[in-house]
Amino acid sequence: MTITTILLFALLGAVLGLDVVSFPQAMLSRPIVASTLAGTLGGSASDGLLAGVFLEMMALETLPVGASRYPEWGTASVVGGALYVSRKGDATSALLFAMLGAMITAWVGGWSMYALRRLNGRWTKRALPALEAGDASVVTWLQMRGIGADLLRGFVLTALALALLVPLTAIAIANGSGDSATIRAVLVAVAASIAGSAAWKLSHGSRHGPWFFVGGLAIGCAMLLHA
Amino acid sequence: MENQTVRPLPLLTASRMFIRMLAVQASWNYETMLGTGIGFSVEPALRALPGGRSGRPYHEALARETHYFNAHPYLAAVAVGALARVELDESLPPAQIERFRIALCGPLGSVGDRLVWAGWLPFTVLVALLAYGLGAGPVLVVTLFLVLYNAGHFGLRAWGLHTGWTHGKRVAGSLATPFLRRGPEYLARAVMGLCGLALPLAAARILGRSPMPIAGEARRTVLGPHALVFFLLAMAALLGLALVKLHGRVDGWRVALLIVVLLALHSVAS
Repeated sequence: MTITTILLFALLGAVLGLDVVSFPQAMLSRPIVASTLAGTLGGSASDGLLAGVFLEMMALETLPVGASRYPEWGTASVVGGALYVSRKGDATSALLFAMLGAMITAWVGGWSMYALRRLNGRWTKRALPALEAGDASVVTWLQMRGIGADLLRGFVLTALALALLVPLTAIAIANGSGDSATIRAVLVAVAASIAGSAAWKLSHGSRHGPWFFVGGLAIGCAMLLHA
Repeated sequence: MENQTVRPLPLLTASRMFIRMLAVQASWNYETMLGTGIGFSVEPALRALPGGRSGRPYHEALARETHYFNAHPYLAAVAVGALARVELDESLPPAQIERFRIALCGPLGSVGDRLVWAGWLPFTVLVALLAYGLGAGPVLVVTLFLVLYNAGHFGLRAWGLHTGWTHGKRVAGSLATPFLRRGPEYLARAVMGLCGLALPLAAARILGRSPMPIAGEARRTVLGPHALVFFLLAMAALLGLALVKLHGRVDGWRVALLIVVLLALHSVAS
């Protein structure tokens, strides 16, 4: 991956990282979208979608509730999609290491969002006298500075993650010799369990909720049997 | 009666407020949370106060509106509309406006979290996963998700701004509207049903994308070519059950990270 390509992915990561919280929260940053966009940028939208589906299942349990600290899946999905489409070697091993890279980036991304929020707090505290005077330009400046800092956060995070992970992933794939079928099967089982348990935790308290789940599962399995 | 006499929010002002609301969390922090964002969103309406942007009422109102505020970012639109109305009506003393602001925080946070984060978002994600499982391509999956999700997202923000402005200080009553009261319950059931339906289909499509040695053997079993999918779903159910039992103590994604790390190490070491 060339520096220009990394910078292009970093720009995408910056925009999608911004969407997570700051602007406009239209869920462009969801893995199923972000990874597909990264895949498209890297030359294969369907490979991006495959990586995005895995990450989406794992991200389903993450609720972006205000003050809580959670993994940041926007930039992480760009990294995951980019690593997967730019692979050289076995596709399943590449998927495994792309997932690993994306999850680590999501973790670091969560910390970077926490740091940004504390930085916003310091800027707001410093601006308190102007805010108490009802100075509109300071209000606008704080908002714009927050957006700028978040863009920079996403850009730097994506660029650093790719600069570090692309060579590491290439080495790992070259030295990896795991059974492709087993790797993919384990990844599917893990992703499905996270998504299933997330939906269950969110919704099982609803009236007849578990029965809706069982009903949906029965229909899904019946569709597979008759496919 | 009161609603019939409400003058509409000027279109240009409403548009400015709506666009600014999309950045309501831009300077989110642990001290004032959404405070600055609320002030930023209400500001276009405050320009209509006596004296305009250089008047004292404008500055006093803007200062009030940048104080601490917390709510769900989409339903903050209700607060933005209602606060703009009470500030412009000039019938409430400042201390009462402050109390009104604080009173809005709780309900707008909890209702929004249940409706959007725990309901609408997983629902639309699962619709996209179902579309993927049924064989849809990247363009259809992504477009379906973005259009469906944002129809709810932008609709909710527009409804919130309109409702807040229309009802002003009596906006609390509008939070009892059926889609806010019953919506989370209906969505929760839909999420459960869709989850059961989408996961096996999505899993089958993922596994179908690569040559699977085990699948050849599975073809001879009574369950047909998808025996591997059923086996994996059973494994997923066991792990999922463990995660449900450990709810609040262990995050699922951390467990997933651990398993992926072990799998990667095994792949490199073997």
